[in-house]
Amino acid sequence: MLTHQRRFSWLDYLQEQSINSQEPLLKCFYQSQLDFIQDKTLRSTEFVALDFETTGLCPEKDEIVSIGLVPFTLQRIKVAQAKHWLVRPQGQLSDESVVIHGITHSDLSQAPSLDKVLQSLLPELQGKIVVVHYQFIEREFLAQASARLMGEELIFPMIDTMAIEARWHRMGWRSELKRWFGVKQVSIRLADSRVRYGLPRYQMHSALTDAIATAELFQAQVRHRFSGEDYVSDIWQ
Amino acid sequence: MEAEHIEIAEFIGRYPPFSFLPQDALYSVASAIEISYYRQGADVYCFGDEIHDFCFIRSGSVEIYRRNGHLYNRLSVGDVFGQLGLLMKNRVRLPARALEDSLIYFVPEALFNELCDNFDEFAYFVEVDDKRKLNKEVQQQQEDNALSSVKVGALIARAPVMISTQASVRQAAQIMTEESVSSLLIIEQITSFEDGGGERKKLVGILTDRDLRTRVVSQGIDLETPVTEVMTASPKTLDKETYVFEAMLMMLRFNLHHLPIIEHGSPIGVVAISDIVRHESKNSLYIVGLIHRQQTLAELALVANDVPACFVRMVGQESSAHMIGSAMSVIGRSFKQRLCELAEEKLGPPPVPYCFLALGSMARDEQLLITDQDNALILSDDYEAAKHGDYFESLAEFVSEGLDRCGYPYCSGRIMATNPRWRKTLSEWRTCFADWIDVPNPDALLNCSVFFDLEGVWGNVAWADDLYQFIVNRAQKTPKFLASLARNALLRTPPLGFFKEFVMEQDGAHRRTINLKRRGTAPLVDVIRVHALAIGSLARNSSERLEDVIESGILPDKRGQELKYALEYLAMVRIRHQAEDVESGEDVDNTIEPDKLSDIERRNLKEAFNVLSSSQRFLKYRYPFS
Repeated sequence: MLTHQRRFSWLDYLQEQSINSQEPLLKCFYQSQLDFIQDKTLRSTEFVALDFETTGLCPEKDEIVSIGLVPFTLQRIKVAQAKHWLVRPQGQLSDESVVIHGITHSDLSQAPSLDKVLQSLLPELQGKIVVVHYQFIEREFLAQASARLMGEELIFPMIDTMAIEARWHRMGWRSELKRWFGVKQVSIRLADSRVRYGLPRYQMHSALTDAIATAELFQAQVRHRFSGEDYVSDIWQ
Repeated sequence: MEAEHIEIAEFIGRYPPFSFLPQDALYSVASAIEISYYRQGADVYCFGDEIHDFCFIRSGSVEIYRRNGHLYNRLSVGDVFGQLGLLMKNRVRLPARALEDSLIYFVPEALFNELCDNFDEFAYFVEVDDKRKLNKEVQQQQEDNALSSVKVGALIARAPVMISTQASVRQAAQIMTEESVSSLLIIEQITSFEDGGGERKKLVGILTDRDLRTRVVSQGIDLETPVTEVMTASPKTLDKETYVFEAMLMMLRFNLHHLPIIEHGSPIGVVAISDIVRHESKNSLYIVGLIHRQQTLAELALVANDVPACFVRMVGQESSAHMIGSAMSVIGRSFKQRLCELAEEKLGPPPVPYCFLALGSMARDEQLLITDQDNALILSDDYEAAKHGDYFESLAEFVSEGLDRCGYPYCSGRIMATNPRWRKTLSEWRTCFADWIDVPNPDALLNCSVFFDLEGVWGNVAWADDLYQFIVNRAQKTPKFLASLARNALLRTPPLGFFKEFVMEQDGAHRRTINLKRRGTAPLVDVIRVHALAIGSLARNSSERLEDVIESGILPDKRGQELKYALEYLAMVRIRHQAEDVESGEDVDNTIEPDKLSDIERRNLKEAFNVLSSSQRFLKYRYPFS
């Protein structure tokens, strides 16, 4: 993962990629992301909440089985423009993940392959800032997939609602003190985080429901912790 | 539709009005909404904002305000708002603010309109406080001459099934079965000499399915008994020219399910309550029904929120002042009845019989929106203060507090059953009224405009009629009382100056306004009451009293018609003004600003005040102090 120790700058990175990338789809995408670097405030930004359902946690070995997204602004989450894809995996689907996601083998056998889905997915993210809960999954699986299918890793800044929760609940001396005394850490899982903001519990879990849930959580975080005038570049990862 | 919106569809589908939608419509709503999160204290809408969505509270709670900042309603999970603004040129009339952190679903306007058009129950639910339906209905009325102008004759589906007075119960039941009707008219043939010896059928009674059950079968009566012994004799009837609306009021009032309709003295059909419900399932009847189904005070208070919108709707339907006043009174009476019922549930059955009285505008069927609760209790002559006093005090307090919460504030003059002075036995009331009539001192007359209009709404309501009969008989025979009452009716003068210019209030919050009730309708009602008592009319509604007065011939030519016009006009201006207040979210009152009227309206208003003025002069001459 990219860290500050490398004096990393998203600006430099995106500029570099928009020049060097050989894949038109990716090139175009990097270019659209560059707009956000300078002066986009949260209020003036279009976001898109993204969620993947995968067969496991290992990007090298596990596969994406469904993708959900919903575009939104600080004012409104646009459910009418939400998208959802099932993805046909290359390998065998374990019975375990079927139980978790409620997606059946036959659903998936009819679904398009990942490279088809990526062709549709990327234009949806263009010109928007991607918001996820726990960036590891979406970022790593996407990088892995693009490397495999297009020969280049796709990496770009994302806002992570879990990281925002962690910043509030897992850092600072209070949290440190709690850890010392063995007090249980505040949960920063999606469902538990939502409860802290008075958001409802959702019964069902799918990539789309979780994307909507993430968008709602981010709206709530901004209302409680940030201002619409804050810069996007201050809170992305 | 994405299968994944099930979460949203499933949730909204649990709450009205979405619960009225079929599955596929729910899915289309779920996939079209927008969502937004509001922090506690944040404005969802401010007054005058543009609004293009119908709003559903997914979590949290929202408070709705009037324009003047007063709290209008508090909504929580599953409640909806915004429909009013959608129909008022897309401007927010009632601002909304998040009371807690809240998640709101927004249904786009176009979809909302589509749902209203396609699903009646959805539309009915949102219509109670929305104007869209109203506009639609007014249009419809112009198109097909609807609701308020439909006569009851139009609801008759078939010729009446009739049987002669000679028939037996068995024959009656047989013919009802053959014709598959739930009511049967019992008639007598009369040869009318006036019409050149033609035959006329005179209605003498009615027999219903229910009567067969309760009066015949369950009593084990011989089936050869004459039908005349089990029928309801001299049933209430209506002329075929009566408005459907009035038929409805009559049924509600007397708890009737079948009303024979008469033309030229003969029955031409029967209208059942189900016919009327089918015909207009969405007006004041609906609210009355709701009132009687509520189980707690809090629920009743919620229903009360819908009353202003129902009022506005009737105004939009061009109902007459008389019809609107009646409907509002029926609603007010229903609140009282339900509250009495709830009080009895709570306190146990009354130790002695009683009658809960409505006084003033409700008794006259002239109630509008803002109106004090004027009420009193008649107790049985078996009442003993030491034994029963506590019960009726608690009952009165329960009902009074309930009425206050339902939008009928406490009476400032304390004319309420909670005041021990106004809980009397029937004989005490008789003595009291006799004193007022025999010794009409200013004190006694102070409240006469309230007490001399009375009606029983709950319990032994016949006592109220007895008492009123007693009052009318005695008043009619006491010229001195009528003269005092006439003097009293002159105290409030119309707001016209020497040069026939409006005289307006000079100070206070109502500067340059006219109080239409105090200076217009109330003095006119007073004038009409004096005449009505003088001729011994038992009517309590001012229009009906005026009919009786005109018929009696005590007024000079044309004066009666002028009074009728003035009464209707003044009441209508007042009603329209109140409806406008409701729609703009302002506090409802009785004051108008003549500066804001058009020339024609000003002229009509002056004309009406003039009629009032001359009718007051006539009173002085007609009921002189001797």
